[in-house]
Amino acid sequence: MLLSISGVRKVFGASVVLEDLDLGVEEHQVVALIGASGSGKSTLLRCVNLLTEVDDGVIRLDGEDITDPRVNADRVRQKIGMVFQSYNLFPHMTVLDNITLAPTRVHRRTSKEAREQAREWLSRVGLSDKTDSYPDGLSGGQQQRVAIVRALVNSPRLLLLDEVTSALDPELVGEVLTMIRDLKTDGMTMVLATHEMGFARQVADKVAFLDGGRVLEEGPPERVLGDPTEARTRQFLARIIEAGRL
Amino acid sequence: MTPSALQQGRIAYRRRRAVRSVLLAALSTAVTGTLLVVAVTGSPGWDRVKDAFFNLELGADAVPAILDGLWLNIRLLVVCAVAALALGLVVAVLRTLRGPVFFPARALATTYTYTFRGVPLIIVIYLFAFGIPGLRLQGTPGVLVLGGAALVVTYGAYLAEVFRAGIESVHPSQLAAARSLGLTYRQTMRHVVLPQAVRRVAPPLLNDTVALQKDVGLVSLAGPIDAVRAAQISTAETFNYTPYIVAAVLFVLLALPLIAVTDGVTMRAARRQNAGT
Ligand SMILES: Nc1ncnc2c1ncn2[C@@H]1O[C@H](COP(=O)(O)OP(=O)(O)O)[C@@H](O)[C@H]1O
Ligand SMILES: [Mg+2]
Repeated sequence: MLLSISGVRKVFGASVVLEDLDLGVEEHQVVALIGASGSGKSTLLRCVNLLTEVDDGVIRLDGEDITDPRVNADRVRQKIGMVFQSYNLFPHMTVLDNITLAPTRVHRRTSKEAREQAREWLSRVGLSDKTDSYPDGLSGGQQQRVAIVRALVNSPRLLLLDEVTSALDPELVGEVLTMIRDLKTDGMTMVLATHEMGFARQVADKVAFLDGGRVLEEGPPERVLGDPTEARTRQFLARIIEAGRL
Repeated sequence: MTPSALQQGRIAYRRRRAVRSVLLAALSTAVTGTLLVVAVTGSPGWDRVKDAFFNLELGADAVPAILDGLWLNIRLLVVCAVAALALGLVVAVLRTLRGPVFFPARALATTYTYTFRGVPLIIVIYLFAFGIPGLRLQGTPGVLVLGGAALVVTYGAYLAEVFRAGIESVHPSQLAAARSLGLTYRQTMRHVVLPQAVRRVAPPLLNDTVALQKDVGLVSLAGPIDAVRAAQISTAETFNYTPYIVAAVLFVLLALPLIAVTDGVTMRAARRQNAGT
């Protein structure tokens, strides 16, 4: 198992956001996290990436306990890519510099090597003409694809995607989802928090429904989304259908 | 492609309006200028003021001494501005450090900014220039260096606060993005936070540099002769104030490039902000 989360708890002040949460992710598996807004999807992803400290429980990556306070968080993060809802590109850097920053500074590649790799990726995702643009000259969909490339050039073992299409205009969602679908074909291990149930059904190997701070129900997408056993899951899906998002 | 008749009409109208605006501006400037000149030169005391403040001959005599002084201002300004910017940046970064190891550095940086933003510059100059030599330590530098140090320490505190405001204005999501790429705290500061922070606070930083330009002259309180002090000496010799006017004109000329750069940077920053939204 590439990622194993067991008994994780996270509290913010008086509110318990995650409580005794368990979740496993196999290598090459795509796991979709679903759940109401505020159910703790982002918090869970941030815990895995060590951007937030857990208050209890263990998270293992490749068998190593990364929640041990003695581990070097920077080294762990080098193995994990993360893409955010609001892209978070660096506005003062060109697309190329955004992408090559970590390869040159963290992974000690030569600038020439990093640039070549970045150009290759950009042409693969159809953004060659944006190489020297600044982020504010790109559409949301283009920015998000650059953000995904920025995470990928570090060859992460695991990619975390936090509602990466939620900030996009509807007509731009497709280009980002296509890119994620291609990543699955390449065998990338991914955990993605999403509200796109149709997409989760297509691309995920496993869907996990977060509720009350735990994974209330998990399994193959057809089962969890098509025939959920828990009443809470059914309620949640009914609300999503009502909102016209399934 | 030639514009349509409608568009040609608009262009002609705009041109006529532009010409009329220029003529109006010229006329109103001429009237205002004339009124001012008449009011000043027509005033009962004008002849005496003219002689006391605008005596060309005495002014010309004072120029060499004042230029000598001004050269000191320029050297002090350049050295002190660079040093104060560096000090301010370091102190601002120290104040962002978290964790118990950095408690002393953080506490020291905070105390420093609180103290030196509050103490009047003149007092700092006296303390440095007269207090430190009083200690009779080996290798105490001269009053000029001590006065310069007083300027650096005082302005460093102002600039540290400007830098800190800039650092805090960078959204936490930028840090999250940088750290998630595996960058260390230092690398995140160096490549992601500080470049954005400095860009954002460039206008106030330059404004403080213009203010420093006027304050460097205060080292003359400790002895060194700057442009204003040189003018004062000339004035004392001739009982005529023209040297002050000469110094003022030279200061304005010196400040013009810096002010122009500040305006340019401010305008560019405003444009970028608007482009970003
Ligand atoms: N830094 C924080 N401080 C306090 N509360 C937080 C913080 N981050 C998240 N929360 C709270 O944790 C809960 C879960 O948030 P989040 O993980 O963002 O949910 P989701 O991503 O599923 O919408 C919310 O109630 C939110 O207000
Ligand atoms: Mg979220």
